[in-house]
Amino acid sequence: MTHVLVVYTDDEPGVLTRVASLFRRRGFNIHSLTVGPTERPSVSRMTVVVDTDANTARRAVEHLRKLVNVLEVQQLGQHAKVVRDLALIRVSANATQRSEVLQLVQVFRSNVVDIAEDSLVIECTGSLGKIEALVDTLRPFGILEMGRTGAVAMTRGLRTDPSLVSSSEPVRAESSQSMSV
Amino acid sequence: MEQTGAQIIWECLLKMGVDTVFGYPGGAILPTYDAMTGYPVRHVLVRHEQSAVHMADGYSRASGRTGVVVATSGPGATNLVTGLATAMLDSIPLVAITGQVGSGLLGTDAFQEVDITGITLPVTKHNYLVTRPEDIAPAIREAFAVATSGRPGPVLVDITKDAQQGKATFEWEKAMPTRHLRHIPPFPAAAELERAVAMINEAKRPVILAGHGIQLSGARAEVLTLAERADIPFAITLLGLGAVPATHPHSLGMMGMHGEAWVNQAIQEADLLIALGMRFDDRVTGRLKAYAPDAKKIHIDIDFSEFNKNVPVDVALGGDLLQVLRAILPKVQSARHTPWLERINSWRGDSAVRDIKNLPDDGHLYAAHVMHDLWKLTKGAAVVVTDVGQHQMWEAQYYHHDGERSLITSGGAGTMGFALPAAIGAKMACPDAEVWVVAGDGGFQMTFAELMTAVQEDVKVNIAIINNGFLGMVRQWQELFYESRYAATPILSPDFVKLAEAFGVHGQRVDKRADVASAVAAARAAKGTALIEFRVEQEDSVYPMVAAGAALHDMIRRPSPSPLAETGADPV
Repeated sequence: MTHVLVVYTDDEPGVLTRVASLFRRRGFNIHSLTVGPTERPSVSRMTVVVDTDANTARRAVEHLRKLVNVLEVQQLGQHAKVVRDLALIRVSANATQRSEVLQLVQVFRSNVVDIAEDSLVIECTGSLGKIEALVDTLRPFGILEMGRTGAVAMTRGLRTDPSLVSSSEPVRAESSQSMSV
Repeated sequence: MEQTGAQIIWECLLKMGVDTVFGYPGGAILPTYDAMTGYPVRHVLVRHEQSAVHMADGYSRASGRTGVVVATSGPGATNLVTGLATAMLDSIPLVAITGQVGSGLLGTDAFQEVDITGITLPVTKHNYLVTRPEDIAPAIREAFAVATSGRPGPVLVDITKDAQQGKATFEWEKAMPTRHLRHIPPFPAAAELERAVAMINEAKRPVILAGHGIQLSGARAEVLTLAERADIPFAITLLGLGAVPATHPHSLGMMGMHGEAWVNQAIQEADLLIALGMRFDDRVTGRLKAYAPDAKKIHIDIDFSEFNKNVPVDVALGGDLLQVLRAILPKVQSARHTPWLERINSWRGDSAVRDIKNLPDDGHLYAAHVMHDLWKLTKGAAVVVTDVGQHQMWEAQYYHHDGERSLITSGGAGTMGFALPAAIGAKMACPDAEVWVVAGDGGFQMTFAELMTAVQEDVKVNIAIINNGFLGMVRQWQELFYESRYAATPILSPDFVKLAEAFGVHGQRVDKRADVASAVAAARAAKGTALIEFRVEQEDSVYPMVAAGAALHDMIRRPSPSPLAETGADPV
């Protein structure tokens, strides 16, 4: 099953390599990995979706915590969360098919961002499931090109780790890491 | 006052208490070597950079201090890789400083430019590429903090030539590291500690698995208290040998692929395994599905990513072993497990009659005899540094290590060529110790150029080469699993006595057991480094053995000597 990890790191050269190298080295299968800036100038935020069992996901978290450049890791599995992916889809559509495609796009509350003689480019933001449903719906028309960002995720409600916004060094979010199996 | 980056490097090393570094100069590190002459640091010039890391490694293992390596860019840096991997797999704190081409040349494939931070990413705890002189002190100070905190390991600091040449103010206090403290794990919850205590108090057939973490944590006394109070025998990993005393009444000896049969049998029949600072390596578990099937398992380790990696455990207590044991011990009840210990002892008797020590002296020299005699002659008090292969296992079986840090060996990586340079480093860390190298004829030939380093640095190590004319452990696998097709395992050696002479060290050859004692005495008496070549039985094998992929109790036993004969008088 998939597990969503949010990883806060120093915004330094090479940090993405360290994270990616760790996953490769340990054989953890990355479904998607996104990285971008945060509200703090020196901190980057990665959302890593891994396709693995629960124990391996836990080990991935512990390995990430050993990286010097990692400030904090949250595993979003047990929290209510928002997970969003953005897709640009170029779909084949001539003049007669165009209105049908446009209707479908509306159903998915997506946007058409480019129209050419025999194709449309659709921008869709949503959960992984919504995008996959749109892709399935459009497939009969002929998908000419598709690009996706990979997931960006955030917990719902209050931040679990308020220390991340303060100037002090963050601490782990969980109260106890000893565990029973 | 402004100083050059090169001077700042040495200022940092002095602040960290470093008085010895192992290295090899070259173009990109020249400013640092030039600045070194102004500082009270002993530089050991190696003959190959790989040996510099092994020396720093041996220095660290013998003393607990952080070993320091200096090398140049390009090939100088890539030659460190095997040594770093060796230290990484065995959790040894090291700091390697490499020169790099000028920052303006980075990425241009300049002369002797290699992306060493990229290359060493998976074999270091962390590494740095420093391009400005003001970043040197924070990087080096943090490197030492990272190397020694949590589960120790090697760290590499790559410093461009212009950063060494440029000037900055040396500000030690401002370089105080904090990032290594980001993930200090919380102490195990009280309920988890209670569960572990209850399991220990209820166990009928408990076994402690004693690992290297005991040494790294300094928890020897606490482990022995646990063993003695709750009457629990302990099996020891290769790197755990010496961390707890081999001749302690509760010591079973080494576990795993070449552990004695009674040790592995005890693990397989245990109802509780208490794993202390060890990581269930494939060499100690055998086939995982068949590993200790009836045992509950408690795992105490500082590295949380080790939990449930190979063996699922019932309670995992993450943290410093010493602190966790101190929290547990007050609640551990005094107990006696006499039937269990007697049962293990009955297996021990069964193994002992097959012991090679009991073979008659038929004129052949067995490596096991050499190890046994060396143990007796040095009263078990030497620091023994082994290479990798059959001799390593015989040493582990027949040299009984009681003292802490008295066995130095490459366990995780199994790096041939490790012994001689690591021993030189160990001797420098502990000048009063009697240091012995035990190496095979194969591994010794990988790094024997370091004999000259020992001579140049006036370091005395005693060397026992176990020469069987083969890459013995590989030959043994070929004999057992490849129908004795000895592909590429017969190996010729130079005349080691003449080789010793060429290096200006004492050399001797022994091919009879009767001559072992006098040769060892002569080597110990020799003023400088001394070498003994032991010509041992060529096609001897290490037993018992758990074949790769076999269950831990499924051991290939020693061929029973028939008719069984005792040696009678022990020659030593």
